[in-house]
Amino acid sequence: MPEVLKAPLAVEFPFTRSLGPVQSAFLTGLRERVVLGVRTVDGRVLVPPVEYDPVTADEIRDLVEVGATGTVTTWAWNHEPRRGQPLATPFAWVLVRLDGADTALLHALDAPGPDGVRTGMRVRVRWAAERTGAITDIACFEPYDGPAEEASAQPAPHTGEFADAVTGIVAPARLDYTYTPGRAQSAYLDALGGRRTVGERCPSCRKVYVPPRGACPTCGVATAERVEVGPRGTVTTFCIVNIKAKNLDIEVPYVYAHIALDGADLALHGRVGGIPYDQVRMGLRVEPVWTSGARFPDHYRPTGEPDADYDTYKELL
Amino acid sequence: MSKEPVAVVGIGQTKHVAARRDVSIAGLVREAALRALADAELTWADIDAVVIGKAPDFFEGVMMPELYLADALGAVGKPMLRVHTAGSVGGSTALVAANLVAARVHGTVLTLAFEKQSESNAMWGLSLPIPFQQPLLAGAGGFFAPHVRAYMRRSGAPDTVGSLVAYKDRRNALKNPYAHLHEHDITLAKVQASPMLWDPVRYSETCPSSDGACAMVLTDRAGAARAPRPPAWMLGGAMRSEPTLFAGKDFVSPRAGRDCAADVYRQAGIADPRRDIDAVEMYVPFSWYEPMWLENLGFAEEGGGWKLTEAGVTELDGDLPVNMSGGVLSANPIGASGMIRFAEAALQVRGQAGEHQVDRARRVLGHAYGGGSQFFSMWLVGAQPPDA
Repeated sequence: MPEVLKAPLAVEFPFTRSLGPVQSAFLTGLRERVVLGVRTVDGRVLVPPVEYDPVTADEIRDLVEVGATGTVTTWAWNHEPRRGQPLATPFAWVLVRLDGADTALLHALDAPGPDGVRTGMRVRVRWAAERTGAITDIACFEPYDGPAEEASAQPAPHTGEFADAVTGIVAPARLDYTYTPGRAQSAYLDALGGRRTVGERCPSCRKVYVPPRGACPTCGVATAERVEVGPRGTVTTFCIVNIKAKNLDIEVPYVYAHIALDGADLALHGRVGGIPYDQVRMGLRVEPVWTSGARFPDHYRPTGEPDADYDTYKELL
Repeated sequence: MSKEPVAVVGIGQTKHVAARRDVSIAGLVREAALRALADAELTWADIDAVVIGKAPDFFEGVMMPELYLADALGAVGKPMLRVHTAGSVGGSTALVAANLVAARVHGTVLTLAFEKQSESNAMWGLSLPIPFQQPLLAGAGGFFAPHVRAYMRRSGAPDTVGSLVAYKDRRNALKNPYAHLHEHDITLAKVQASPMLWDPVRYSETCPSSDGACAMVLTDRAGAARAPRPPAWMLGGAMRSEPTLFAGKDFVSPRAGRDCAADVYRQAGIADPRRDIDAVEMYVPFSWYEPMWLENLGFAEEGGGWKLTEAGVTELDGDLPVNMSGGVLSANPIGASGMIRFAEAALQVRGQAGEHQVDRARRVLGHAYGGGSQFFSMWLVGAQPPDA
């Protein structure tokens, strides 16, 4: 039994966000060193602001400016900051109720150690040197023992209007996984290393699955009996690809085909070459073409046999 | 005790476009929800529960967006459910909501589905590079194009049929103010001359990528009696699933689709769908799926779907109009697309479809599918309640 494979998988994308009026004002305000909240129907001030009242569901647009000083309402110490977190050195995650606000904002507090942090301590915003209209315009909070800044006890109304408002942001996201294809796929890949295609037969319906998944999706039972299929097969159907796909270094046009290897009960997918693209047809008999070091066949080429009769593969379409 | 009849009393959509940069996701769903409430002349306080659906979270990159949408949708203090069944999700979301009313769990339910595709890239979201797996070599349409070729071989359809569908749907879209694509200068020749992307599928035979939302207010008999406009009544609704890939899978006419339709017809007492159903809003992301689904849904015998299309039966003024709204080919906010089909079916039987209204549409089918022809959801709505 070959070793079960595993490999890192990073899922990463720079998502874009259309902000809408309230988040646009909030983030543009941070760029201008102004912290905005929104007043709810019952008079509370929410920071960060939201578009709709959490109690009444009304649209709320009454923006107010709150202070850049506030009080820690609760906290947790972060011993080992990870990539992308606000500070590279150990820090406290804090909820800060800014002066004039009724709710607390989540951010980082720069403190020498957990002994220097307590609920109820006073803090103020440390602004980032370069600000773009993002939550990171607040670099972090820092301990503060001065008086509350003005504009805080009675938060002043604010139009939310700024020159050159930020209306969208890019929110890069990344998820790191360790991926394992499992026993059946690992065995399949191990056999492919020797240029053999080995599927698994369902003990119940007797169908041969290539690639095998370790279970029959129809019968719901484990599959274990290994069955070598191919190497030759039949093109059951195909399309001619005329547009270049991203990250694929294949000259267009080319033929993307469903190929039922001899002995398999469903088709796998591959490129057909060694024949002009406009001469590929359903029923064409093909065989794999390998390149050195590749995990999968590079493509499939005609064997020269007569085409398979439609009735022999129509159930595999 | 029999089921409570379910009525659609409010419908709202956004104008579907390539990118709604002026609103957040919350603002987008809010717009559709408010229009549905306005149509029903109800307020947030009248809603007992919210059922929301969208396609994969990678399409916007907001994990579990329903958490943050609770206040935008007035769900505070009420049950809120999120449904996910890939591209069919808009349909299955409506059915989950309808079942809550039918089971008398809630009297009035707001159901909504959305997608804001401009915030990400759906093709990226659907083709993450999984280690050890052979990458898909063909892009979005390349997954479906071989199945279209298989249909053509099996049915003997001439290769002209796909363009007829696209030409029809794009013309229908001109009568629907909410459709994304409004190609005022569309001609059949232009469709036929558009680039062949994944032979046999042409550019003009594929759906756009859209931002949009759709919402409906579903209610019981008491709610329907108070409704200011004629309701649409659910006469039957069903969902079916099957694996994406299995030995014996019929990609041209999946069994899950046939079974789902048969269940809906049984509930609604439909003996002959071709005779008893007046129009269809079906999920056609590539034009050739119209003749394929006509067969799968029982409107034509196997191999006969394309003949209905070719004969003009599915035109807006035909005997069995299909995709009067312009369909998915004219607007595709993926997660919402299924609900738009359901909502457009309801608009027809309510007589509220405006310029794309079909005369005497008494029973109309709404259909959605998704996930490599894996999930199916459908409902049949009528102008009369089920016991009438």
